[in-house]
Amino acid sequence: METITEKIKVGEKPEGFEGTGFFATRLDKVVGLARKNSIWPLPFATSCCGIEFMATMGAHYDLARFGSERLSFSPRQADLLMVMGTIAKKMGPVLRQVYEQMAEPRWVLSVGACASSGGIFDTYSVLQGIDRIIPVDVYVPGCPPRPEQIIDGVMKIQYLVENESLRRRDSQEYKTMLNKYGIE
Amino acid sequence: MEAAAQEKIISVINQKFEGEIVEAGMLNDFFTLILKKEKIVDIIDRLYHHPDTKFQYLTTLFAVHYPDQNQLAVVYQLHNLETNQRIRLKIFLPIGDPSVQTLTTVFSAANWMERETYDFFGVIFKGHPNLKRILNVEDMLIFPMRKEYPLEDQTREDKNDLMFGR
Repeated sequence: METITEKIKVGEKPEGFEGTGFFATRLDKVVGLARKNSIWPLPFATSCCGIEFMATMGAHYDLARFGSERLSFSPRQADLLMVMGTIAKKMGPVLRQVYEQMAEPRWVLSVGACASSGGIFDTYSVLQGIDRIIPVDVYVPGCPPRPEQIIDGVMKIQYLVENESLRRRDSQEYKTMLNKYGIE
Repeated sequence: MEAAAQEKIISVINQKFEGEIVEAGMLNDFFTLILKKEKIVDIIDRLYHHPDTKFQYLTTLFAVHYPDQNQLAVVYQLHNLETNQRIRLKIFLPIGDPSVQTLTTVFSAANWMERETYDFFGVIFKGHPNLKRILNVEDMLIFPMRKEYPLEDQTREDKNDLMFGR
């Protein structure tokens, strides 16, 4: 059997002061580092993009490498809502309720053309992009996107999670943004 | 379907409902009867129970919009499972008052099919136990399969002339 010689990569430590037995840094950097590598996604998969997501979670592409191996099927424990697939207008209120049940801080990844804009389904029964009912952080284009693209989207979410100010969710701008969607 | 079998079906209807058949014939390979709308449920009930016809399976029920004639057609397809015969019954309703008696008294399966037909075409089935929308959102104002309503979502902003030159 081949032996693995490469060392395991751990997250880079944030900048700070270091000495014997202590390390001083900013709290938000530590929180960001921890959150970034332990995102619990809630998969909201309605069509073919969901199949690509299954490949993304599988051994070959393995989203677990990014600290997201634990899917949460309860919105109350999820950090990231991954919307993958066509959202019909009748599904809209369901998606919105799922988003409302998630605890702050929460992020939304819109995977594929349908979730982002309605895609080819420019018709009376399909929601023309989930950003009409809930705020979206990252859009992944493609019809459907390849697993690499979904991973890229998750990494962009990781960047947002890492660099988000700890007080952003309390800010007036954030509340105004949510109110724009009619969410308390 | 052979001419003898067609004649038998027509005579079963004519025995009791003389003058209800407007037109009868093969439409491509499907025996199709165009009927007057008033007694359609009684005719289907007779086709169900009469020993010569026994059309006891409702394959489908739907509508067609003919905008040029200002008419909605309601189409019933029936299947005789013993002889493996199929027929199509068609009635025409004016677009201003598209109402017809419900078929749920004969076929329970007509319940959801009639709700779907109401949902997409706005056909009112009188006597239906629960005539409300089944597939579309409940607050929809239009009947989307009628041809005067555009297919596309009218709120979409990215398909404008600026980008596509239409």
